[in-house]
Amino acid sequence: MSDNPTKKKEKIPRQPMAEQEPQVRRHNFDEVPFGYSDEVALLEAQRCLQCKKPPCMAGCPVEIDIPGFIKLVAEGDFIGGARKIKETNTLPAICGRVCPQETQCEVVCVLAKKGDPVAIGRLERFVADYERKSGDIQIPKKASSSGKRAAVVGSGPAGLTIAGDLVKMGHAVTIFEGLHKPGGVLIYGIPEFRLPKAIVDAEVDYLKKLGAEIRPNVVIGRGKTVDDLLAEGYDAVFLGVGAGAPVFMNIPGENLSGIYSANEYLTRSNLMKAYRFPDYDTPIALGKNVAVLGGGNVAMDSVRTALRLGADNAYIVYRRSKTELPARIEEIHHAEEEGVQFKFLTNPVEFIGGEKGWVTGMKCIQMELGEPDDSGRRRPIPIKGSEFVIDVDMVVVAIGTQANPVVPATTPGLETNRWGYIVADPQTGATSRKGVYAGGDIVRGSATVIEAMGDAKRAARAINEYLKTL
Amino acid sequence: MLNEVIENTKLSDIVVRMVIEAPDIADTRKAGQFVVLMIDEKGERIPLTIVDSDAAKGTLAIIYQVVGKTTAQLAEMRAGDRLFSVLGPLGRPTEIENFGTVVSVGGGVGIGVAYPITKALKEAGNKVISIIGARTKNILILEEELKAISDKLLISTDDGSYGHHGFVSDILQNLITSGEKIDRVYAIGPVPMMRVVCEVTRPHKIPTVVSLNPIMVDATGMCGACRVAVGGKTQFACVDGPEFDGHEVDFALLATRLRMYCDQEKQATESTRCTCHER
Ligand SMILES: Cc1cc2nc3c(=O)[nH]c(=O)nc-3n(C[C@H](O)[C@H](O)[C@H](O)COP(=O)(O)OP(=O)(O)OC[C@H]3O[C@@H](n4cnc5c(N)ncnc54)[C@H](O)[C@@H]3O)c2cc1C
Ligand SMILES: Cc1cc2nc3c(=O)[nH]c(=O)nc-3n(C[C@H](O)[C@H](O)[C@H](O)COP(=O)(O)OP(=O)(O)OC[C@H]3O[C@@H](n4cnc5c(N)ncnc54)[C@H](O)[C@@H]3O)c2cc1C
Ligand code: SF4
Ligand code: SF4
Ligand code: FES
Repeated sequence: MSDNPTKKKEKIPRQPMAEQEPQVRRHNFDEVPFGYSDEVALLEAQRCLQCKKPPCMAGCPVEIDIPGFIKLVAEGDFIGGARKIKETNTLPAICGRVCPQETQCEVVCVLAKKGDPVAIGRLERFVADYERKSGDIQIPKKASSSGKRAAVVGSGPAGLTIAGDLVKMGHAVTIFEGLHKPGGVLIYGIPEFRLPKAIVDAEVDYLKKLGAEIRPNVVIGRGKTVDDLLAEGYDAVFLGVGAGAPVFMNIPGENLSGIYSANEYLTRSNLMKAYRFPDYDTPIALGKNVAVLGGGNVAMDSVRTALRLGADNAYIVYRRSKTELPARIEEIHHAEEEGVQFKFLTNPVEFIGGEKGWVTGMKCIQMELGEPDDSGRRRPIPIKGSEFVIDVDMVVVAIGTQANPVVPATTPGLETNRWGYIVADPQTGATSRKGVYAGGDIVRGSATVIEAMGDAKRAARAINEYLKTL
Repeated sequence: MLNEVIENTKLSDIVVRMVIEAPDIADTRKAGQFVVLMIDEKGERIPLTIVDSDAAKGTLAIIYQVVGKTTAQLAEMRAGDRLFSVLGPLGRPTEIENFGTVVSVGGGVGIGVAYPITKALKEAGNKVISIIGARTKNILILEEELKAISDKLLISTDDGSYGHHGFVSDILQNLITSGEKIDRVYAIGPVPMMRVVCEVTRPHKIPTVVSLNPIMVDATGMCGACRVAVGGKTQFACVDGPEFDGHEVDFALLATRLRMYCDQEKQATESTRCTCHER
């Protein structure tokens, strides 16, 4: 036994987060984990070795001072911890919940080499929640007014982040959002049980308090275009419009009733609150045997929503195997606990319809894994003659999204790549059009919240420089 | 005030015309485009065609038929009330050209949807023949307004209470048989009506444009709720339409998809009779 503080720290195991029991939570939309208590957070924070050259920071796209904030937590200064994070990340309550920490900051934590990494995400969530509940939210100092105006198109994580940064730099900012409620995927896509909407609303309120103007119900490209914004006197435009167009399988029967894109299914449930129908007016199909196609976060969110809406059998149908599932590990784990059934190496080839044009079955083919493809993952190959039918009365297609062409199609000279994504400089977000910047999913294809925010931070700096030249 | 109801006037027992303050939309909208509105935060997003607008006053007009919960609530609003949200203009504008002679066929509340298109076609120099029809005389709308912008106006009612006893498609058939040279037909109304009109024009190869009304959610191309099959290809009516080549549309699919929430809507309206099947 030694008194070496490092050794002592190593004895503290990674602290679990208390959560609702699977059998309870699969029937409600309340958030699954309860979050850390003060005591547990203190204990977890003590595990951090306060590395001199912390590798964890390089794993965070917005360069949070991770040891810095964790040190404050360990000292019991939770509000200080939150403010430390907010120096570089405006949305910690959100990132703490939805970042894929296992591939971002935690994977490179030194403790991960020998055992479990510090629970950076859980601590981040803890301090952010602590600050919000305390009501002790600081409105940071803004630079003096530059007299310049910026238009932000889209209010997802990219749009919210850049709006906050540009306001703090002294510019007047207006966000234009197509939907009636700001937040992007955070509002319409990610369900309440994973990211309570009150948290997103609080962030949007904070932004308004900072002085950003938000104009919902404006689709840029319909009515007003990007060029109209520039003509109206906006000095720069940031496009954070996401990759919101759904992709379908393009197999027979896909337009049968009861077959949804994940975007529609989740938008009905989350944005329109169809899970509270008829208190809210928007209806949603209540499938008993539901197949969700795909294996990412979107698929997990859809399948767990279906369970909560009363499905007896909720399947994930995925054409590769478990190791290739792209969803966050925590989501897969939660889905398994809640009783989601996984059908790996299975690919639908046709939907079968019954009475009234409603889907009744899905013909699938068994797959096997072949040689690695371009993405480095082993390519799934159909096994001849292995077709079989799964009985379903609802299907959610969650195999990806693509660029919505509305903005590119109405902005002459805006360069896009062959998939329709906007071409932007990775360091600055500058597009082929002067004064027009872009970031997030509309540039990267479907990526993550924190990557969208990272893009926005870099673009904010570039726009700030650009505005100085005007 | 933005989204304020300026007037809400009954055109018949079941059809209402509403004027809303929405200057940005009034400024930029074109014939054939629509808005999505919500009455309150818990409401559904429902698409309605922009029937007219007054850029000077910053207002636009919609004409809607009361079919379910949202439209019933809408009918109860009064001047001075405010809608929670109005989004638009959405959808592709109608392609307006001087085609020669065009026939605009409107059925039921579809007459309202046809009105702005008919008006724009007239302004573009076309000879315009309008055919309008309804179940019965007292729910027929916009007769005077269409008369003013049409070279000829023909009317039918299903029950024979006014005009031709029968369907708008019969009148169109007679017109074709009588040798009228028709360059283009617009058909807007209930799904069965549009389908029959397309069958009438198909053998004569008269280009026929229909305006489709599938169920929508975002109406910006994000969800795919509005997908329709046109020429065997899936299209999103909110961004690729709402107007399509009627000879290529799979009307049976549209009709089944429109019935998707029949049972639930019954629950929402607490009415004993669902109107879905009539549409
Ligand atoms: C169901 C789901 C679950 C996910 N889970 C995770 C997760 O756990 N962790 C994670 O890191 N990432 C997750 N992601 C991915 C992540 O949400 C996205 O990468 C991120 O939201 C992209 O941010 P963004 O700001 O680029 O765009 P978005 O969040 O897509 O926001 C774009 C906004 O722009 C608006 N808009 C679009 N076009 C226009 C226009 N023409 N005019 C005006 N407004 C317009 C849209 O309405 C939308 O509000 C998930 C995605 C989905 C769909
Ligand atoms: C592009 C477009 C333009 C339209 N223009 C007009 C118009 O000018 N005047 C008019 O009276 N109607 C119009 N409609 C139809 C109108 O949107 C529906 O009648 C309305 O949504 C019904 O809402 P509800 O709550 O009253 O009825 P509900 O009880 O919700 O539904 C009754 C029926 O209306 C249809 N419906 C329900 N929700 C939607 C939805 N979100 N989108 C489309 N249809 C739906 C379904 O067939 C449903 O079975 C248009 C539809 C589209 C897509
Ligand atoms: S923002 Fe995301 S990546 Fe960065 S430290 Fe927090 S959880 Fe990790
Ligand atoms: S790498 Fe891990 S232990 Fe080191 S500072 Fe970062 S979180 Fe702490
Ligand atoms: S209504 Fe959502 S894509 Fe058309």
